[in-house]
Amino acid sequence: MNAALKDQQANAIVWALLLTMPWWMGAVGGYTELAIRVVVLGLAAMSLNFLLGFTGVLSFGHAAYFGLGAYGVGMTIKYLVASTPLGIVVGVATGALAAMIVGALIVKLRGVYFAMVTIAFGQVFFFIAFRWNEFTGGDDGLTGWKRQAIDLGFTKLDILGSDTLFYYFVLAVFAASVAVMAILIRSPFGRTLVAIRENERRARFLGIPVDQHIWISFVISCFFVSLAGTLYALLSNFTDPRALRWDQSGNFVIMAVLGGMRSFWGPLIGAAIFVVLQDWVSSHTENWMSVIGVFFMLIVLFFPRGVLGMLRRRATA
Amino acid sequence: MSVLEVRDVTKQFGKLVAVNGVSLAVEAGELRAIIGPNGAGKTTFFNLISGFFPPTAGTIVFDGKDITAIPEHRRVALGMARTFQVTEIFPELTVRENLRVPVEVAAGKRLSPWMSKADKAKAAARIEELMEMGGLGGKGDRLVGELSHGDQRATEIMMSIALKPRLLLLDEPTAGMGDQETYHITRLIRRLHREEKLTIVLIEHDMRVVFHLADRIMVLAEGAVLAEGTPAEIGSNELVQAAYLGKAA
Repeated sequence: MNAALKDQQANAIVWALLLTMPWWMGAVGGYTELAIRVVVLGLAAMSLNFLLGFTGVLSFGHAAYFGLGAYGVGMTIKYLVASTPLGIVVGVATGALAAMIVGALIVKLRGVYFAMVTIAFGQVFFFIAFRWNEFTGGDDGLTGWKRQAIDLGFTKLDILGSDTLFYYFVLAVFAASVAVMAILIRSPFGRTLVAIRENERRARFLGIPVDQHIWISFVISCFFVSLAGTLYALLSNFTDPRALRWDQSGNFVIMAVLGGMRSFWGPLIGAAIFVVLQDWVSSHTENWMSVIGVFFMLIVLFFPRGVLGMLRRRATA
Repeated sequence: MSVLEVRDVTKQFGKLVAVNGVSLAVEAGELRAIIGPNGAGKTTFFNLISGFFPPTAGTIVFDGKDITAIPEHRRVALGMARTFQVTEIFPELTVRENLRVPVEVAAGKRLSPWMSKADKAKAAARIEELMEMGGLGGKGDRLVGELSHGDQRATEIMMSIALKPRLLLLDEPTAGMGDQETYHITRLIRRLHREEKLTIVLIEHDMRVVFHLADRIMVLAEGAVLAEGTPAEIGSNELVQAAYLGKAA
C-alpha cells in the first residue's frame, strides 16, 4: 500500500481514539485521569523520541526537564501568580533554558558517554529539588497549590472543576506540540537530524555542523518534555522529586522503545501500554515494575522495532 | 590560480610519521591522481586536506584561503567535498532521500523548518538531474543499502556533487569493484571532469583507471613524495617502477 496513504490512516485512527477517549475510557475500565496520564506521558515520550528516534541520540536525563517544568508551574502558581498559562510558560522556559546550558556542555559527547552525563546532570536537579526543603517541599513534594481556571476573556475554562475539560485542554497542548514536531521532522532541518542518526561522518562531510544540530534537537526535545512536565504537575496539583529522578528518565526511554522509536506515534503507544499496565498491575501487586520489565525485555528481544514496528510488519507481510 | 595548495604538510601519530612534508598544488579543472603502495600515507593526506584531523605542521590553502585550522563542515561549505574508501552513505534511506540532504544543504536550507512549494520543486528537479547523471535513474525509491556496491558508490559521488563543490576528493572510488562497476564509475568520474569541469583529486589503486583519467599523478611512498608528473612521465620513472609499479605488475 501507498506509504503516504498508510500514514494518513494511522493519523486518522490515532486522532479519532484520542478525541473520543473520555467516552470509552470508562467502558474499558479506565477513568479520565488515566486518559490524561496517557496523553501527558505520551507527549513526554514523543519529545524524548525526537532526540532518540529521529536524531539517534540517547538521553537518560530527560526527567530533569520534565521535573523542571513540573516545579516551574507549581512554584509559579504557589508563590507568584495564580495563573495556569503563566505557570506553564515559566515551567517550559525554565526547562528549555536548563537544556540550552546543559546541552552546550555535553553536545560534543556521543553514545554511552552522552547518556551517562545526561543522567549525572539529571541527578543534580533531583538533589536540588530533594534538599531545598523550604522552597520545593523536599521529599514530601510541592503541595498547597492547584491548577487555575483559564480566563479566555469571553469564557472561563474550568479545568479544575471538570476532568473532561482538563483532558481536552491537555489534548490541545499535545496536538499543537506533536504538530510542531511532525513539521520539524519533515523539514530540511529534520532531514539533517535523520542524516546524523544514519551516518554522522557522512553528515559532517555534507557540510552539516553536527554538534550544533544535535544541540538544537536536544533543546527542542527538552522544551516539549518540560511542557509535558507542567501538564503532569497540573494533573495531580502536586509534584515531587521523583518527577526528575533518573528512573523517570528511564521510563521515558522504555515507553519510546516499547512503542517503537522509529515511528512517529510509537512512543505514544508505548506510553499507553506503560500507563495502563502500571495502573492495572499495581492494583494487584506492588511489584508492577517487574511485570513491565519482563514485558519490555520480551518486546526488545523479539520485536526490536517496538509494538508499532511489529504491527507494521504484520500489515506488510 | 591553484584551487588547492598544500604546503609542506606533516602528520605524526605518536612516533609514526604518516605524512612527511608533502606539498601539492592542484590547478582549476585538473584531475590529479595520488598513487602509492599500501601505508604510503595517501588516505592520511586526504584526511588532512578534508579536515578529518589537523596536521602536525604545514598549511593548507583552498581557493586562496588558509583552511588549516577550520573544521570539516566549514571546508565543505567553502566548496570541498569528499568520498571515503569505505562508502559512507545513509544505507537505510532511499537514493532520493540520500541526495535530498546535500541538495537542501547546498541550497542553504539546513536549518529551515519548512520549504516553499517552489523550493521543493527545485530540489526535486535537482535530485532527478543528479540521479540521471549518476546512472541511478529509476532507482530513486530503492534503499541505498540494498543497491550494488557500484550504485552505492555512484550515490556517494552524486551526494558530493549535489554540494556543487569546487574540489572533489575521491578516496579509491573503484576499490573492491568488478570490471563492469569499475568501468561505470570511471566513466562517471571522467564525465564529471570533462563535462562539468570539476577539479578532482583521487586516490586509486587500479592503474588502468589512473592512467585513463589523470592529468597529473603524484606518487607517495612512506609518507613522502616520490615523484610527480604526467602519466607518461610517471609511467617511465624508474624510481616509481622500482617502488611501486614493478611490484604491482
